[in-house]
Amino acid sequence: MLAVNFLLLAAALFAIGVYGVIARRNAVMVLMSIELILNAVSLNLVAFALMTGAVDGQVFALYVIAIAAAEVGVGLAMVLMIYRNRKSIALDELSEMKG
Amino acid sequence: MSAVILAADDVNVAQNVGFGIIAAIMIFAALKVVTTKNVVHAALWLVVVLSGIAAQYILAAAEFVAISQVLVYIGAVMVLFLFGIMLTRAQIGKESDLNNKGWALGIPVALMLFGLLAWVILDAFGDDILPDRGPAPTVSLSDQFLSIYLVPFLAISFVLLAAAIGAIVLARKD
Repeated sequence: MLAVNFLLLAAALFAIGVYGVIARRNAVMVLMSIELILNAVSLNLVAFALMTGAVDGQVFALYVIAIAAAEVGVGLAMVLMIYRNRKSIALDELSEMKG
Repeated sequence: MSAVILAADDVNVAQNVGFGIIAAIMIFAALKVVTTKNVVHAALWLVVVLSGIAAQYILAAAEFVAISQVLVYIGAVMVLFLFGIMLTRAQIGKESDLNNKGWALGIPVALMLFGLLAWVILDAFGDDILPDRGPAPTVSLSDQFLSIYLVPFLAISFVLLAAAIGAIVLARKD
């Protein structure tokens, strides 16, 4: 199996996730696109672990999974708080800062 | 890319066919995640992508990571997402304004990013063949976690605790 298979698949998922972060207006959809990006990165890490034969890449993939779980928990709590205060989670309406 | 064709006789065909089918399903599902008009459908398409990632981990001989992916992402994170969707929106169904006004800007950005990444990847790893290794034993993973990666392991347990407490504090009603 060629290494580029995994790496190109991860690159495609990463690009799709970046498109989602830019294009989506709903905060929950943006969090889902961030999950796509994080998964692409850990797929890369596992592919490199297979390439080098060291298990460190898998260790880092597990760290990425744990960080993603924490990020989703805090992110959705923030979305809930914004929804409670403003009755909307559209990201382009959250413009209270100058600039 | 000629190296790809030259290297093809060393390649495990069944593994490649399985990879191709799963990768096509994953790309399709990922495109549905970022283009569908229905938030709940987007969450369900995300389940397909995450299951495909778990299958790719098994193809890449990382069984423990695959099982963790199923447990954590499909089991826990997706439930959180569905709760988040249902707590923030009364309306279940099609929505017309899920995209930003400048959403079309994302297409050239994503295409350029993918082109750049693909060029770099093909330039650097264009003819590397992944060796046929058996699955990495989980014992070696735990040896790494409890020896040289012990401090990050403790740090991440603290991060998870802080995230749980922070989520409760943020989402609490008072």
